[in-house]
Amino acid sequence: MYQSFQEIINIEKSTGSSFWEIVRDNDCTEMDLTKEEAFRRMQAMYEAMKSADASYDASLSSASGLVGGDGEKIAGARRNGSLLCGSFLGLIMEKAVKMGESNACMKRIVAAPTAGSCGVVPAVFLALEEEKGYPADQMVKALYVSAGIGGIIAQRASISGAAGGCQAEIGAASAMAAGGVAFLLGCDGETIAHAAALAMKNLLGLACDPVAGLVEVPCVKRNVMGAVNALTSADLANAGVRSRIPPDEVFDAMRSIGKALPEELKETGKGGLAATPTGLAFKESIRGF
Amino acid sequence: MNSFDIIGPVMVGPSSSHTAGAAKIGIISRKLLGTPVRKADIFFHGSFLATGKGHGTDKALIAGLLGFPVDDPRIPDSFRYAEEAGLEYHLSGIDLGDVHPNSVKLLLTGDEGKSIEVVAASVGGGAIRVTELDGLPANFSGDYPTLVVNNLDQPGHVTEITSMLGHKSINIATMQLHRSSKGGKAVIVLECDQEVPADAVRWLSRLEGILKVIYLGLADDAQP
Repeated sequence: MYQSFQEIINIEKSTGSSFWEIVRDNDCTEMDLTKEEAFRRMQAMYEAMKSADASYDASLSSASGLVGGDGEKIAGARRNGSLLCGSFLGLIMEKAVKMGESNACMKRIVAAPTAGSCGVVPAVFLALEEEKGYPADQMVKALYVSAGIGGIIAQRASISGAAGGCQAEIGAASAMAAGGVAFLLGCDGETIAHAAALAMKNLLGLACDPVAGLVEVPCVKRNVMGAVNALTSADLANAGVRSRIPPDEVFDAMRSIGKALPEELKETGKGGLAATPTGLAFKESIRGF
Repeated sequence: MNSFDIIGPVMVGPSSSHTAGAAKIGIISRKLLGTPVRKADIFFHGSFLATGKGHGTDKALIAGLLGFPVDDPRIPDSFRYAEEAGLEYHLSGIDLGDVHPNSVKLLLTGDEGKSIEVVAASVGGGAIRVTELDGLPANFSGDYPTLVVNNLDQPGHVTEITSMLGHKSINIATMQLHRSSKGGKAVIVLECDQEVPADAVRWLSRLEGILKVIYLGLADDAQP
């Protein structure tokens, strides 16, 4: 995988290949796959996201009882037109929460890049496909763009909450989705990189402070914020707005912030929301082995 | 690293380390035992002990021991499937000392009197490391065809194994040697780039001074 946006942008300029093709070709080399096989693999990931979205069950609740049923509430509000955000953003909100809840309730999901942030990319992509009519092949290519961005983040910074805080999970997912959307809007590699950087800049320093150490509170609802942030960041970049700090440097900043975050705020369940009286009471109520 | 380390795995939630990783530890341990698991004593350490219940770590591990893959929708109901399959299990906590926080120790008994003791850690993103096997240190991921040879600590066994692999055109990716004491029990762990044929494993297990050979192939033994 590539370690910088600049590398991909350079290849794009010198060969004329698109961002997604550059990422896919790298997979072909690393995994010894044909272009068709690599495409089909990513297509399978997209299909798995679709079936996870479709199999949401509002009657389920998580092991702790803290999570479940909220996706249906948003769906209801969307149906009766009471969401200020409107039907399209509402659909993204609904899908993001549903996927996060499905994960917490032990349903099958696709980690993207992690299980805790599994709602961001599919919420944005599936809503765009359903509401804006992008062809399915185009969605798979966009998913390749997201994967390439995640690869850069994994190598320049981190995609693990334990190593980098929530900026490395919801933040990374949001940057990945933003770049994917920019691609769907017809942007070049440079603009895709700025969409990802603009998304990440909003989420730098985000604490990973899950109540009782579980992927539930605040993880599930943060998927909504990551998804909506991806959309606004892609729109900004497509409109010509640029990150004043170059994209690769933004992700270097993410790395240094992740290192500087105290252990209490890196998935230990010891700080932030987890350390509130209510958070601690929930922890007490969950029985161990 | 490739794109599917970023988009993927497809897994049953909620946590790649505490759920998918736990299931994978179960799958690999079952393969190491080499028969269906009849009895399992499972000891959770660190973060697995502290947050495992809420992450379904217990259910995922049992599912893995039953051979269910990490994206199997039966994972949440694995306790019931264990009962049906005649797998008796006991779950408890342990302090394994200075090891990875997501560690677990398993004592497994299978058919034909086979048994194995495994310590493994879930190291992030669903990846795992087996860190101890039958009381001796080890360090392998289960992502490569892996040969584990228990032998007497005496000269020549490494040559026997490596010449055999060379003869079969099998490339060694990593190799570790450990022993309990000089002249005592030793373990050789080899991660290979190609599968080791069954006849080669059998040949090895019959050699003088070789106590036990475990082969971990990549072939999918998932249960339908």
